[in-house]
Amino acid sequence: MKPAAFDYVRVATQEEALEVLAREGADARVMAGGQSLMAMLNMRLARPRVLIDIMRVAQLDAIDARSDATVIGAGVRQAKLLAWDRLAERIPLVALALPWTGHVQTRSRGTICGSIAHADPSAEMPLCLTALDGHVHLRSRKKRRRVLARDYFTGMMTTARNDDEMIEAVSFPSLRGCGYGFREVARRHGDFAIVACAAIARPDGLRFAVGGVADKPEARDWPLLEGAALDDALNTFAYELDAGDDVHATARYRRELVRRIGRAVIEEAIACRG
Amino acid sequence: MAQAIDTTHPRRMPDSPWTGRSIERVEDGALLTGRGRYIDDLGVAPGTLHAAILRSPHAHADILSIDASAALQLPGVVAVIVGADVMALSASLVVGVKAPVQCWPIAVDRVRYAGEPVAVVVASDRYRAEDALDLIEVRYAIRPAVVDPLAAIAPDAPLVHDGFPGNVASDRRFRYGDPEGVFASAPHSVSVSVRYPRNSCTPIETYGVVADYNPVEDAYDILANFQGPFSIHAVISRALKLPGNRVRLRTPPDSGGSFGVKQGVFPYIVLIAVASRVAGRPVKWIEDRLEHLSASNSATNRVITLAAAVEDDGRILALDWDQVEDCGAHLRAPEPATLYRMHGNMTGAYDIRHMAIRNRVIVTNKMPTGLNRGFGGPQIYFALERLVQRIAVELGRDPLDVIRRNLVPTGAFPYRTASGALLDSGDYVGALELGIRKGELAALQARRDAARAEGRLYGIGYAAVVEPSVSNMGYLSTVLTPAERRKAGPKNGAQATATVSIDPVGAVSVHVSSVPQGQGHRTVLSQVVADVFGVTPASVRVNTEVDTAKDAWSIASGNYSSRFAPAVAGTAKIAAERIAGRLRRIAAGLLNVEAQDIVFADGKVVSTSNPDNAIPFSRLAGLSHWSPGSLPDEVGQAIRETAFWTPPQLAAPDDEDHINSSLCHGFIFDICGVEVDRVTGATRIDRYVTTHDCGTILHPGMVDGQIRGGFGQAIGAALYEEFSYGADGSFLTGTFADYLVPTATEIPEPVILHMETPSPFTPLGAKGVGEGNCMSTPVCIANAVADAIGAADIELPLVPAKVAALIHGEERAAPEGLAAPARTPKAGERSLQGEGSAHVGVPPQTVWDMLLDPQTLKAVIPGCHSVEKVSDTHFRADVTLGIGPVKGRYRADVRLSDLDPPRAVTLSGAAEGGLGFGGGEGRITLTPDGKGGTTVSYVYEAAIGGKVASIGGRLLDGAARVIIGQFFLALARQAGGASAAGGLLSGLMLRLRALFGGRS
Repeated sequence: MKPAAFDYVRVATQEEALEVLAREGADARVMAGGQSLMAMLNMRLARPRVLIDIMRVAQLDAIDARSDATVIGAGVRQAKLLAWDRLAERIPLVALALPWTGHVQTRSRGTICGSIAHADPSAEMPLCLTALDGHVHLRSRKKRRRVLARDYFTGMMTTARNDDEMIEAVSFPSLRGCGYGFREVARRHGDFAIVACAAIARPDGLRFAVGGVADKPEARDWPLLEGAALDDALNTFAYELDAGDDVHATARYRRELVRRIGRAVIEEAIACRG
Repeated sequence: MAQAIDTTHPRRMPDSPWTGRSIERVEDGALLTGRGRYIDDLGVAPGTLHAAILRSPHAHADILSIDASAALQLPGVVAVIVGADVMALSASLVVGVKAPVQCWPIAVDRVRYAGEPVAVVVASDRYRAEDALDLIEVRYAIRPAVVDPLAAIAPDAPLVHDGFPGNVASDRRFRYGDPEGVFASAPHSVSVSVRYPRNSCTPIETYGVVADYNPVEDAYDILANFQGPFSIHAVISRALKLPGNRVRLRTPPDSGGSFGVKQGVFPYIVLIAVASRVAGRPVKWIEDRLEHLSASNSATNRVITLAAAVEDDGRILALDWDQVEDCGAHLRAPEPATLYRMHGNMTGAYDIRHMAIRNRVIVTNKMPTGLNRGFGGPQIYFALERLVQRIAVELGRDPLDVIRRNLVPTGAFPYRTASGALLDSGDYVGALELGIRKGELAALQARRDAARAEGRLYGIGYAAVVEPSVSNMGYLSTVLTPAERRKAGPKNGAQATATVSIDPVGAVSVHVSSVPQGQGHRTVLSQVVADVFGVTPASVRVNTEVDTAKDAWSIASGNYSSRFAPAVAGTAKIAAERIAGRLRRIAAGLLNVEAQDIVFADGKVVSTSNPDNAIPFSRLAGLSHWSPGSLPDEVGQAIRETAFWTPPQLAAPDDEDHINSSLCHGFIFDICGVEVDRVTGATRIDRYVTTHDCGTILHPGMVDGQIRGGFGQAIGAALYEEFSYGADGSFLTGTFADYLVPTATEIPEPVILHMETPSPFTPLGAKGVGEGNCMSTPVCIANAVADAIGAADIELPLVPAKVAALIHGEERAAPEGLAAPARTPKAGERSLQGEGSAHVGVPPQTVWDMLLDPQTLKAVIPGCHSVEKVSDTHFRADVTLGIGPVKGRYRADVRLSDLDPPRAVTLSGAAEGGLGFGGGEGRITLTPDGKGGTTVSYVYEAAIGGKVASIGGRLLDGAARVIIGQFFLALARQAGGASAAGGLLSGLMLRLRALFGGRS
């Protein structure tokens, strides 16, 4: 369990990182907190020729509370965001979901953007970004672009990021008058979610997103459903997610949780909206 | 350093100032400050090389060829050792039963489980050694694998070893009393059929070996974190074809845990020893976590059918056991010991005089089994205590009533069980009542009733078990028939050793060959010996490292069967008392009193009749060094004494197959209250009470620590842990993300209660403790869940999805228009199925032509390095594939068959690479769309195995969909370009196959 040889580049500026990416492309991999990538390196699942460590780039370690969105830089660790005193006010859904991400130890190293970059289908941050219609801010040496979460996640650990791009930030839009619910089921706290549910109750409708079931987080917009209509919508969504089996859970169990936990989370979001 | 007496644990034994108190552990200072000396921390000789092991991705395959030439070219690589090298320099490991079967520490011609060693690279460092692993080319011919134990003994099952017909290594029947007659006449017969899962105790520290071959003396010096039993030393030296005195085996000072598991390092000792001989240098190997989870050892999984003949009042008259024990791919020493360790205790804590047993030991394509905490106990008690609960349910009685009615009665000890165990002491009924009273069962029952009134799923479970300790080294010979035993010669006893020595200034040292794995043997020995000499524990130093070249040891040495407190600690007391007896005679002369008038107290040797008549212990003890001529003639020396102790009760099995398999028998009675979540199926332990009688308690804190540790591991066995295998033998739980060990937050605080009935058979009255909850707790929780949800068939671990299936009822149907869910694979099956279609802008004939043209393949398959055409319908390709950052290089082999030009073709193939392998079949259909284009439809079925299935099973299916999606995207893009389109199709299947090995 030793990684294959690679060059380690610890960049001082983002521009330096983009230079290396422009030169090395797919052979390079950006490392932030390393909580997924290091394990993959050690198991030789990933064998980048160059590893670009961005954690000394001060400009990336910033949380920017703009009027329309909260922008979280690529160097912001999960623990830092969780400890941010404006988190519950600015991004209530993330405040609910982030404690479910890993453990104290992994959150103290792992970053928000690293989780988005890794695009694990059961991770909480991709789910929140998708549920909230947030953006991924990508940058290459030549240009910057913003990609909507639903366009960014394209499948299992696969994203719309080009080889010469890095995530410089993600942004969560500021919503008003909404209630939120979040819950996930895993075998132990901190394990990969079997099913994770996020609900946003808007004044005029519902948004409901599920992680851990499909290849990527999936979201649906519904009117303010209740009763049997809500059950029907959840049942349809549960089947549309095309769940699979693994050693921890069956497809049927996942569908069951989407229906049952989903309903509870939506009701909680509606109740929170007041 | 003065040692304060812990007032929270006051003196418990009148003659023992120290034994029985929870003094601070001498081990903890180093462990808590990062000064532990574990095997990987110890320095090695300059020039020591590092080994990495190439392991089989297949559960069952013939090795066609191994090409290590590229690996040997890599700078820093010194040697690559394969099966043939090991065969040339060693002999087969002993196999547990007589059969024409061999057992090597590395695959020879054939691999029998995923993870079995295939080659060892020895290099200047571990990184280079692992680089070289990637360069070794092994070609396999896959054989069908057998995973399930009942499938293994079905007719026509693939054979794991040709020398085990029907995959059965042993099939023995036993009969005690008149079971047939009793079953025929009893009013009720109640039975259970259970499967106990595969799991392990997974110590933090993995295996480690440093081996050094000395060609001049033809001898090995081996450091390994082996835990015993040292009967295995004879197995190792025999395998290395040397007398034992040329195989020096040493153990490091500290251990990062074992729980039995490190007994299983011994095949790797032989393997690394041979590697050192080939390399001509010392070789070090530290096992990594994937290796440990897939290929160290496991407890046995077992299928048991157990029936009881029962009276109307719940009295059990007879038992009928049918056990199928799955020992995995090799029957390694000391297996099938897991099955026979409990043989004397097959009636548990109950007074049952009639019993029939059928024991079958079978082999499958899974990791070989070995020692694990509880060793055989979890399996039998899961059946027996589930049965007791079922008897209560079926007879409409309170389970406690059934337990109470059947317990070995108070006053019946020592009690000889039907199959031969001699239960040394106890008051089972008294312990049960203690647990009920002090464990506040009445309050728990009220809690259950209140929860049920609210519609919650709440249940209470019980378990009563006998916990054996100090194994009889002869119990395994019960697997032989009496005639075979007579031929093989007697095996029995459990020789313990301890050495006590005193230096010229009176400092006391103790050595034992108990190989502690974190328990605190050094502390307890310092207490026991301090009491004998009237000194403080802090002044006694204890060494527990073992060096077979210098120390007193025997086959029974080591750390297993909870033998420390009953056997080893008592033997140290015997050695110390022998020296004390001599010192007493020397002191009697000096103080001019009778020897029996001498006592040892407070660092002095004192006359009881005149306390002023005394001599400091240090001065008296030093006399043997400084002035041996002044000692009384008959004393000899009082410098060093090695005691050997073996209990006479541990006799060999008799001709009727009675065996006293263990010396001591503790008793445990557990009560558990659980609530099952109606939505998630999760089991929450609301209250757990465990009542123990382990005889005399030497250190209450450590006893409770042992109980907590066993309880924690039992929580894992009950709720979380299982080694999962796919139907093809792929290992699916190669990381701690899939093999789930409970953490502190998942383990509730048990209520621990004690009673003490000393063992009459051990020097200190102590019995073993620590394994018991691994036996009692899983079934106690299962009984509670059965009570909560009203289910009869409970399977461990209690995975929420499985429990939910029992309580959720019929699933709501899919809405109109949505495809019915795909076939649900059997549990643990690793088979991918799928279908899809894409549209391309060229006619079917064009697609077809390109499909058969390898020239375009290389250009159109992303990541394709080369394509070789073997025949018109057979291609080989070298491709790099991946998902996100996960990339691997694969050799793909694709064949086309059932050609129906230009309409349909079947592609079958296989791909193999460093991350794993895949194989499968797909049917591609080309349908003209009427507008000059083609609809390409495909269905496929494939299986994936190897490393990627072990560590990334959770993501496999999704990754496959990604790859397929990527392919069709490329296909659609290429379709406009016409000429390459057909090639892409082949590329699809190539990619698919390779992909199956290529994602995480």
